[in-house]
Amino acid sequence: MPSLYEFANPVRFERWARPAIPWLVGATTLLLVAGLYYALFNSPADYQQGDSVRIMYVHVPAAWMALFCYSLIAVSSAVGFIWKHPLADVAAKETAPIGAAFTFLALFTGSIWGKPMWGAWWAWDARLTSVLILFFLYLGYMAIWRTFEDKTRAARLAAILAMVGFVNIPIIKFSVDWWNSLHQPASVFRAGGPTIHSSMLPPLFLMAGAYMTFFAAALLQSMRNELMARRLARIDSGEKKTAASLVES
Amino acid sequence: MKKKTRRFYLAAGIFIFAAGAVALTLNALKGSITYFYLPSDLAALEEKPTTAIRLGGLVETGSLAYGETEEDGKPHVAFAVTDGDTRINVAYVGLLPDLFREGQGVIVQGRFTPDGDHLNADTVLAKHDENYMPKEVADALKESGRWQETGGKAGTGSAPQN
Repeated sequence: MPSLYEFANPVRFERWARPAIPWLVGATTLLLVAGLYYALFNSPADYQQGDSVRIMYVHVPAAWMALFCYSLIAVSSAVGFIWKHPLADVAAKETAPIGAAFTFLALFTGSIWGKPMWGAWWAWDARLTSVLILFFLYLGYMAIWRTFEDKTRAARLAAILAMVGFVNIPIIKFSVDWWNSLHQPASVFRAGGPTIHSSMLPPLFLMAGAYMTFFAAALLQSMRNELMARRLARIDSGEKKTAASLVES
Repeated sequence: MKKKTRRFYLAAGIFIFAAGAVALTLNALKGSITYFYLPSDLAALEEKPTTAIRLGGLVETGSLAYGETEEDGKPHVAFAVTDGDTRINVAYVGLLPDLFREGQGVIVQGRFTPDGDHLNADTVLAKHDENYMPKEVADALKESGRWQETGGKAGTGSAPQN
């Protein structure tokens, strides 16, 4: 059985990540086409929302991914911070822009659903506000990586922000239970089973699958890019050193 | 202590400290984080609040009444918001959201009249519950008598049990 450390090696990572990406892209295409077909054409309208319910198929999986990506950043950051795992920091760093994009998608689609349903684009209720804070956490996390030239230092500070910010994840999840909020409580992951009719679940899960494979493909590709960029930077600085030592001698 | 172990305790410490700080803050801000009050929350107070507040609950069945219409086409409406125990009368001038109807969860924002008789709302938001189903299923549930309007909590709204 291969140990986890075998996946830690950047060379080994390249060996399995590169062939995996086309498969993930293919799976994303299939799931997205099927998911959108069910979501837009082959699922019933809701008894009170009408066709606006279709926004849910884009919104809910995006919100799940927003939470998932941040949790992944927090876990990878902890692994990078404690065990100095060579790939963990890269995974955390490259997850952030994708997670931020999902968070934005969730906020945006929520807003265009909120106007016709609630009668408001935005409300400062606990769920909406905590997700907006999550979006800012993503931006702050990305900003830290860009602020420091020294990657080791950037990784350490970004990891601390990611771990502190992880406090927000359970708050988002339970905000609708802890406080009176405008946003409805959970419909799928709740005690007592989903309160979404079974005919509306296939498009929801297909879209969730599509987002997940898209995320995996995008993450692996950006990690490869980042590893390659770091290798180039090392070669570059190595050449400068050699040149400098030649001049000195 | 190994460096790894030290870093582990440091990370755990950072997280616990942050979680504690946030928990205390949220606990202190409980009153402002809650998006609306239930009619019972307000009934428990000795005096009606004079500031603008948000009130949430179900639109009491049979309470909705339309009055005259303003020149700009905005109707005067009156209805009662209930949580099963207490009801509060609400007056509103303007267009209601599509989801607004009797038995539906609603959040109104406004001030009480000086005599505390009713709430003059300037905003009415419809609250959607966590139930999603096709129209046929909703109709079938109503027909078979298994449809339950669980008034009680404003948060739960109408919850068909199946």
